[in-house]
Amino acid sequence: MNNMIVLPMAIPLLFGILLVFLQPYIRFQRWGTVFMLVINSAVSIYILLTIQTKGILRLDFGEWLPPFGILFVADSFSMLLVVTTSIVSTFAVLYAFATIGHEREQLYFYTFVSFLIAGVNGSFLTGDIFNLFVMFEVMLLASYALITLGGKKFQLKESIVYIAINVVSSSLFLIAIAFLYGTIGTLNMAHISERITEVGQTPLLTVISLLFLLVFSIKSGLMLYQWLPGSYSVPPTAIAALFGALLTKVGIYALFRFFTLMFYHQPGITHKVIGFMALITLIGGSIGAMAYINIRKIISYNVIISVGFILIGLVVASTVGYEGAIYYLIHDMFAKALLILLGGTMIYLTKTELYDEMSGLIRNYPLLGWMFFLTVLALVGIPPLSGFIGKLLIAQGAVQAGEYVLLIVGFLSSLIVLYSLMRIFMNCFWGETILSEDDVKPLRKIVLLPCLALTIIVIALGIYPESIAPIVQDAAKTLANPDLYIKAILNN
Amino acid sequence: METVMIITSGFLVTIAVYLLLSRKIIQVIVGTAVLTHAVHLLLMTMGGFGGDVPIINGEKGEFVDAIPQALILTSIVISFAVTAFFLVLTYNAYQQLHTDDLDQMRGMYYE
Repeated sequence: MNNMIVLPMAIPLLFGILLVFLQPYIRFQRWGTVFMLVINSAVSIYILLTIQTKGILRLDFGEWLPPFGILFVADSFSMLLVVTTSIVSTFAVLYAFATIGHEREQLYFYTFVSFLIAGVNGSFLTGDIFNLFVMFEVMLLASYALITLGGKKFQLKESIVYIAINVVSSSLFLIAIAFLYGTIGTLNMAHISERITEVGQTPLLTVISLLFLLVFSIKSGLMLYQWLPGSYSVPPTAIAALFGALLTKVGIYALFRFFTLMFYHQPGITHKVIGFMALITLIGGSIGAMAYINIRKIISYNVIISVGFILIGLVVASTVGYEGAIYYLIHDMFAKALLILLGGTMIYLTKTELYDEMSGLIRNYPLLGWMFFLTVLALVGIPPLSGFIGKLLIAQGAVQAGEYVLLIVGFLSSLIVLYSLMRIFMNCFWGETILSEDDVKPLRKIVLLPCLALTIIVIALGIYPESIAPIVQDAAKTLANPDLYIKAILNN
Repeated sequence: METVMIITSGFLVTIAVYLLLSRKIIQVIVGTAVLTHAVHLLLMTMGGFGGDVPIINGEKGEFVDAIPQALILTSIVISFAVTAFFLVLTYNAYQQLHTDDLDQMRGMYYE
């Protein structure tokens, strides 16, 4: 029965391989991918609901009992992210139909998207740190292919930076794994946690944990985000939406796993460092979001700000903080994907990326304008929308832990988000229209539909957060009590 | 043996860092390849050297830890794929941008 939990990774992987052989049949590739992602979402939701009744599930490959074999673990936290990944990617792929272009579709676009999702879901599900490294590589190789797909000049230039950074950070990841294995002698996450508790988190282990922090902060864009704005603003909109919604979140997931499950004994050192890095991220991201007039750059810096904000939830290290962080993580995956899709649509309509060259879009595209406005409000955290509950709980956690500096900077960064995005909204949607009547392109339904669906999800999550509240509480409880996780894994 | 290996690995990291900081892309790629080799040596050292070949005859005695070697094997395959991809990308970039110098690529953003 537990065999189910390999499916969110296995379905996209096998389907991606199948698509390689069906390269000439674009129509099949399109609808096949969407169908596969819908199935994947359904399976993930079913697993998520099963966990609520049966507790944490695990799958030992080849019947090698932990800690000896590789295993997949599905707890509420990881499955919530898997479900969100599957749903977001469904809409991103739908959006890609009309916008990605025939040339890229023939260059195995859908195959690489499938592999990307397999890697992301695998990273969320695995319970073994070396397997986590392998899943990261699966995801990254697919992302290398996606970011260079099409081979435009500026794409090539930015992707070289992206690949070089990620190859080096993967080597650092491997170094950290080597040191940890040399010290602790195991690779199973639960077993590592147990052994660290037994021997105490010695200074040596703390140094290793900081090495892991360095690796994941490069991947998630925590303080070391300098590669991110460039590489997230060159690929086509649908790919940028996948990257912005999924890739940094995998790094954040790994940070949460490592610093709540394994290295939680010395919060005076590790969590202080993370707090400092989150602070720099918030400030740096805010400066970047205000500095540019290029819409895609502004949106990329907004991705960075949200990374800093989510990590406040990890720094405060309490159940409330974790709950807030999980709510905000889910909200951010939906809302950032939506924001990038809307921004991309505006660029497609006006053929410019600079907001001061756009004007009066709301006359011809009222729905687009309203959706953009709602997304901005959701990202800032206005009450009836999805960002509110996450921000509230993170703030509550920060007050309880006495992290007032982080709290104030976090809220100021929300104001910057409001300022930077409202600036886009007012410049692009208000004023006299620049498009002459001949220039007005009709917006096809297939472009608007994914945006509309994501908007509805963002509103629904805000109005009715109780729908996922018990699951989020369970996830936060597991994060706050690592013993629950360890017992589920090592209790044979 | 461990000391020698650690020093070798450190020496390789030094070379890799030097190459990574150079301006030619091809040197950066060689740098990443050398870096992964250094890491593989480190992984092997972490498994320890004292001991026999892992279980062949079922004899009792000290065996070498086989896990690091499995990890190295996986990692070699991955780094092979990444390096191949990176080289092809660089070749493609060289054909389009007519340079392999990272400094000269800076200005080429929007054309």
